[in-house]
Amino acid sequence: MQLSRDDLLQAYRRMRLIREFEDAVHDEFSAGNIPGFVHLYAGEEASAVGFCMHLDERDAIASTHRGHGHCIAKGCDERAMMFEIFGKKDGLCGGKGGSMHIADLSKGMMGANGIVGGGPPLICGAALSAKTLKTGGVAIAFVGDGGSNQGTTFESYNLAKVWNLPAIFVIEDNGYAETTSSSWSVAGSQVDRGKGFGMPAVQVDGSDFFAVWEVAREAIERARGGGGPSLVHVKCMRYYGHFEGDAATYKAPDEVARYKATKDPLMLFRQRVTEAGLLDGQALDAIDREAKARIEQCVAEAKAAPLPTEKDLLTDVYTSPY
Amino acid sequence: MSKKTYRQAINEALRQEMERDERVIIMGEDIAGGLGSPGEQDAWGGPLGVTKGLMPKFGRDRVLDTPITESGFIGAAVGAAATGLRPVAELMFVDFFGVCFDQIFNQAAKFKYMFGGKAVTPVVIRTMYGAGFRAASQHSQCLYPVFTHIPGLKVALPSNPYEAKGLLIQSIRDDDPVIFFEHKAMYDLEGEVPDEPYAIPFGEANVTREGDDATIIAFGRMVNFANDVADKLSKQGISCTVVDPRTTSPLDTETILETAAETGRVVVVDEAHPRCNMATDVAALIAQDAFDKLKAPIKMVTAPHCPVPFSPALEDLYIPGPDKIEAAVRAVVGKAH
Ligand SMILES: Cc1ncc(C[n+]2csc(CCOP(=O)(O)OP(=O)(O)O)c2C)c(N)n1
Ligand SMILES: [Mg+2]
Repeated sequence: MQLSRDDLLQAYRRMRLIREFEDAVHDEFSAGNIPGFVHLYAGEEASAVGFCMHLDERDAIASTHRGHGHCIAKGCDERAMMFEIFGKKDGLCGGKGGSMHIADLSKGMMGANGIVGGGPPLICGAALSAKTLKTGGVAIAFVGDGGSNQGTTFESYNLAKVWNLPAIFVIEDNGYAETTSSSWSVAGSQVDRGKGFGMPAVQVDGSDFFAVWEVAREAIERARGGGGPSLVHVKCMRYYGHFEGDAATYKAPDEVARYKATKDPLMLFRQRVTEAGLLDGQALDAIDREAKARIEQCVAEAKAAPLPTEKDLLTDVYTSPY
Repeated sequence: MSKKTYRQAINEALRQEMERDERVIIMGEDIAGGLGSPGEQDAWGGPLGVTKGLMPKFGRDRVLDTPITESGFIGAAVGAAATGLRPVAELMFVDFFGVCFDQIFNQAAKFKYMFGGKAVTPVVIRTMYGAGFRAASQHSQCLYPVFTHIPGLKVALPSNPYEAKGLLIQSIRDDDPVIFFEHKAMYDLEGEVPDEPYAIPFGEANVTREGDDATIIAFGRMVNFANDVADKLSKQGISCTVVDPRTTSPLDTETILETAAETGRVVVVDEAHPRCNMATDVAALIAQDAFDKLKAPIKMVTAPHCPVPFSPALEDLYIPGPDKIEAAVRAVVGKAH
């Protein structure tokens, strides 16, 4: 393991920030303060952070409709993200995108996506840019188990392989696409699918940050070194409904509670680092407090912030005057 | 006859047609829900509950939940329609047509013509459209003008529960591919709907208000706004005819031209983007064939030429609401006074 103390603190901070962010968005949505379709990432934090810890400004990621966690993991500003979700003028996308389109190209975050399967082709493009411009960058598509069945995803596997792109497909399998079980919807296995296209492919337990971090390191090093694309199948759990307002009655009644009690990624991280004497509980407690305070502040400021106005409606449709 | 919501009217049309004809099957993502899952089956009945109850009644052989693979299952519906079934496929949001359009416009739409009249493709694609849900740029578009553009497709835009049931039954019985547009902001709208099955023929506009001063031609959800505006203005001495074309393809050009000629003052209301939409289509038709009857320039009330914004503050400005329709009517009428 090559994670420094700072890395560990950083990993935990990012995961905790995602959790606090999502819990706060859940509360605010429930209180009627957030409009639209909102899909929360709570429970899946180790996947986004385990991968993005290896990335820097050369690298790009494409996300899904469940994009807040990927944004935070890639370094997007959580305050501007919260403003965006509240539809405010100073949001990350000027209030025009909202939760489903949250993005920051300057951070290599190519966007959450309202179209399932929208991301994989885009990261083939980002990987092509990196390869052609010789930046040393890699590109990662996070894809749900549902999105793994989309034609665009398979086409991207093939393209990434035949072009030998520095691309990585991360299948975040939280067991469901909306209400439908991945045990039904996915024919064959994710790993076999990847191998079928000639890519190295592995499965990893998404509750275990360290396991994710390790397979991510391998895949990213391979891509950076010119070794081409790979696929990682991350098994994980979403804690909230598909979108806010979904009661998730299609799950087993104790499914989420049992996972939270035994496999919560933040809890396991804490256990692991404290038992190994890598970090002490106090340092982690401090991060918990900071994250909570930070998100509370983001929410309070977002609520008070001004809305966009009529003169914003027709801006940014085109780059040149129209 | 009883009061039903738009949602219930659609559900009832599907149920009655499935009872009538064994060849009618429905398919889509989570149209029942819970497939392969340990908990509740029929958990959703579609994301807004429109198809709820159909799976328990007809079973999973006729109510097919699909993986997220629109190109595959919409294409399968088209292929099944060409080979003996009468599928009703749900494209959850019309915005997703981008990942399956080939199967609709190059395949379904053209079989009849390309194959020398030998093919019959009785497929219905039900799809959600429209702004107002804070659902942002990729879940709020209208896009029916895109489908209307394609010869071989029929396009229905029911404006209330009565229309929804009758037009959906017609869609299912029709032997051509039909794209059936459901406005997501109308599912809870209530109206009188007969309990027995009935079909509303395509290409026959419904004149919902009759007046002398102006003619408002409106599409889909906009018909309701137009009716409200007409009712409000009638109390202020401006009487309007309101026309609901019901289908954009075929389009009832006769009723449109007649009612336009009667008042000579026309407002066309279309929630779609302004370039190449139904408003420009209808305005061009009237300008071409009833120009001599016009007493004022035609006014078009549409969404602006931008993607649908997320922020409620912007989305409210985006939607061509009653205020804009009223202002347009006053403008065309004002020209004469
Ligand atoms: C092309 C397309 N089809 C369908 C949808 C509707 N939809 C949004 S999320 C979703 C389920 C996605 O499941 P999965 O990929 O497993 O991601 P998860 O929600 O579990 O994170 C569906 C069907 C969509 N947004 N885009
Ligand atoms: Mg999933």
